[in-house]
Amino acid sequence: MRGFGARWPAVVRTPVGVVSAVLLFLLLLLAVFGPVVWGGAADAIDTNALQQGPSGAHPFGTDALGRDILARVLVATRLTLGLALLATLIGVTIGTVLGAAPSVLPRWAGRLVTSAVHVAVAFPGLLLALFFAVIFGVGTTGAVLALGFSMAPNFARLTQTLAASVAGREYVAAARVSGVGRARILFRHVLPNIAEPLVVNATIGAGGALLAFAGLSFLGIGVQAPSFDWGRLLGEGLDRIYLSPASALAPGVAVVVAGLAFNLFGESAAAALGHRARFARRPESAPVPEEAAAGPAGDAVLVVENLHVAFPGQAGWTTPVRGVSFTVHSGELVGVVGESGSGKSLTALAVSRLIEAPGSVTADRLEFTGTPLLSTSERELRALLGTSLSMVFQDPMTSFNPTRRIGGQLAELSRQHQGLSRRAALARAVDRLRAVRITEPERRARQYPHEFSGGMRQRAMIGMGLMGDPRLVIADEPTTALDVTVQRRVLRLLARIRAERSAAILLISHDITVVSQTCERVLVMYAGRVVEELSTVELFGAARHPYTRALLAAVPDMDTDRDAPLAVIPGRPPEPGELSGGCAFAPRCAFATERCRDEDPVLAPVSAGHRVACWHPAAAGGTELETATAGGNE
Amino acid sequence: MTSATGVPSASMTWRGSPWLSFAGRRALRFVISLWVLATAAFLMIHLIPGDPVRAALGLTAPPDLVAARREAMGLNDPLPVQYWHYLRDVVTGNLGNSTLSGLPVSEVIGDRLPATLELALTTFLVVLVVAVPLGALMAVLTRGGRRRGGELAFTSTSVILAAIPEFLLAVGLMGLFAVQLEWFPVAGRDDPGSLVLPVVALAAGPAAVLARIVRTELLSVLDKDFVRTARAKRLPPRLVYLRHALPNALTATLTLGGLLLSALVAGTVLVENVFAWPGLGSTITSSILQKDYPVVQGIVLIYGTGVLLVNLVVDVLLALLDPRSTIREA
Repeated sequence: MRGFGARWPAVVRTPVGVVSAVLLFLLLLLAVFGPVVWGGAADAIDTNALQQGPSGAHPFGTDALGRDILARVLVATRLTLGLALLATLIGVTIGTVLGAAPSVLPRWAGRLVTSAVHVAVAFPGLLLALFFAVIFGVGTTGAVLALGFSMAPNFARLTQTLAASVAGREYVAAARVSGVGRARILFRHVLPNIAEPLVVNATIGAGGALLAFAGLSFLGIGVQAPSFDWGRLLGEGLDRIYLSPASALAPGVAVVVAGLAFNLFGESAAAALGHRARFARRPESAPVPEEAAAGPAGDAVLVVENLHVAFPGQAGWTTPVRGVSFTVHSGELVGVVGESGSGKSLTALAVSRLIEAPGSVTADRLEFTGTPLLSTSERELRALLGTSLSMVFQDPMTSFNPTRRIGGQLAELSRQHQGLSRRAALARAVDRLRAVRITEPERRARQYPHEFSGGMRQRAMIGMGLMGDPRLVIADEPTTALDVTVQRRVLRLLARIRAERSAAILLISHDITVVSQTCERVLVMYAGRVVEELSTVELFGAARHPYTRALLAAVPDMDTDRDAPLAVIPGRPPEPGELSGGCAFAPRCAFATERCRDEDPVLAPVSAGHRVACWHPAAAGGTELETATAGGNE
Repeated sequence: MTSATGVPSASMTWRGSPWLSFAGRRALRFVISLWVLATAAFLMIHLIPGDPVRAALGLTAPPDLVAARREAMGLNDPLPVQYWHYLRDVVTGNLGNSTLSGLPVSEVIGDRLPATLELALTTFLVVLVVAVPLGALMAVLTRGGRRRGGELAFTSTSVILAAIPEFLLAVGLMGLFAVQLEWFPVAGRDDPGSLVLPVVALAAGPAAVLARIVRTELLSVLDKDFVRTARAKRLPPRLVYLRHALPNALTATLTLGGLLLSALVAGTVLVENVFAWPGLGSTITSSILQKDYPVVQGIVLIYGTGVLLVNLVVDVLLALLDPRSTIREA
């Protein structure tokens, strides 16, 4: 439990908080001293200055009896604030009682109170206030009561909501289990813990009460002559708006300023106590690209050289992808593995140009089927990427638009990029759903995503990628959200697509087993870099980077001792902000030396098709793991 | 709707159709709310301390007139009988007679309702037409922390606009555009121009609030996976925003729109008084001041029914627009 009141100074640390707090303080001073100082002037009838416009003596003019409007507005502060606060007090008290009652009353009575509150909050406050004003009668007392009663339902609901959120916490549950009575729990545990948000909302409510009371007085239902508050002065000013608009202006400004002061103070309190997120400024310079690594071209579908992805953060730019280079050839099945946070998904989004501002993507070379992706405009790329580059995302449950039918979501791609008619595009969508083995594709195409199972949605997503003529399918953790049997079907489907359509596939996964079973070549990523690139055949046995080996060692297989604890890599990957000059893996590496901590190793070839970024690569074959061929380790 | 196929049967309690079940539940809730409302309106008069007829006619009214009026209003019957008569009369559209003019209340309401409806519906339309595109535009322009200045200007303007009560804005607009510049009529409902100032006064605050909500909602939708999917399909931004993002932000917009529309009902009371708009709002105010309780009772009933109807329409629209709603609402 946090100390009540201890965090309130934070409220006045924001500019808005300071201004509103100062305004509130001034209003309070005015309420206390205003009638003492200007009381005489406010009531002084001057028959020589009836209904005057603004002048030196009367900045906002005079009223029908020649009384100074400004003085009357200043004096009215006390009554206006007093009535608003009184009404708020009544509203909060009744509301809290109504809101807390269900937790001590018998169940049926509690439900009755709850549903009464539920019906009442549906009606706008002013309507309730008018209703109660009829019962309590026209006049100051009636209006205060009416306003208080009309505020009660909202506070009752707020109390109920807050109490319900507190009721689930451990200490309340503990108290309940240990047999503490319901009333005692309410007063000892629940109410003290919801007091702070209640006070904050009461402050905002006071602003609303002030405005509403002004409205009632303005209508003539509130304060009656000879008493006057801002609302009444405004009503009188409106009657003379032809003679002197200023007479309506002064009380109007007072109402707005006071209402805003309460509102903004309450809002800044809510923000300060609720720890709302704030943004940092964007730095001037983008990160400098690092040393380039050369890559072969030929029948390359995707060429990536020295790719960087950077995002502005609270403490300057962070660069979660730092100089990634690789090439995917036509018809190839390439895997990317690494722990979460290694930058593999961002790499996928960057090469498919799906990183949005304020994120920044730079590369020495980024080409898809020979077209430079960074220098070509998005409009020109649309048709190319739309038909030739397919994306399959991790979570099939959230990757479809819930409000549109599956068939339409597939078809719109062909309508957009291939110029098909609605009917032809839909027929194609049905055909592609059939191609990914979705039964009854005609019926399924008319269904919404929530009517599909997870595995079906992922297959439909792959089917969506087949609407065009994909040269490359980027599958970002396509099986992570699925269970094992469904995983295998999806992976087999990807392999089949490659075989049938000679599309290249870039399979991103944190699961080295999945990658080793499916792919021909593997890129191992760590902290935003590719640390090793090798063929899957070499993976078991010839891996050189300590990180790759650690990943492999962490995979349990049939021979793993079930009683021994699972192998893990000690430590955790560094945050993008924590990187020093050396190898990012050095703090977790058993072989790290001084050099590793000072100098970042570059990705260099060790043999044909095998590159590694390590100062001390392990000798080929020197692993305790059994050698297994791709796909054989099941 | 064909979307009901393949849905788990948990919600199909009523004749197998979740839609019928939903409509039945919602209609029942509406009827119960109407009953609560009518009861409240009935009790209102009986909760007034003292004798409402004496209060209405004044202390100097002759006792036999008071007695006759009480008899005419049925106030001498036992309370349950009065209650039963009241409910029966309300259902048949008989809302009693005005104490002052003697006219049937239903006639008074029929006379004034169109003006209020015109004001409220025009305002609501203006709010939607201004707020939804504005909020959506601000979301697109300021997403990902771009254009901080624009965001700040938008947010602070909307906060201030929302904080100014409609009747103050009405007075200000009247002072500037009707009295000083004489662009629009000061009061009444005689020419089309007279609608402008009341509508602006009523629309400004709700439009500011709604635009802010649309922006926040749309920003959160734009972060969703399915928007990324739409972008991965390389649809033009127009389609990504209008077809995939905006419809998914409508739920909150609609919910809030309903709240704003029912709040408008109350706002019209004040603004009608400023501009002497001949609607229900100016009538209920004068009736409260003149203690013409049957008229007040009738108008309260109409306002309340309006609010309940708005809620009903919003609920039904939400259910119709969201294909998942068949499995919602347990």
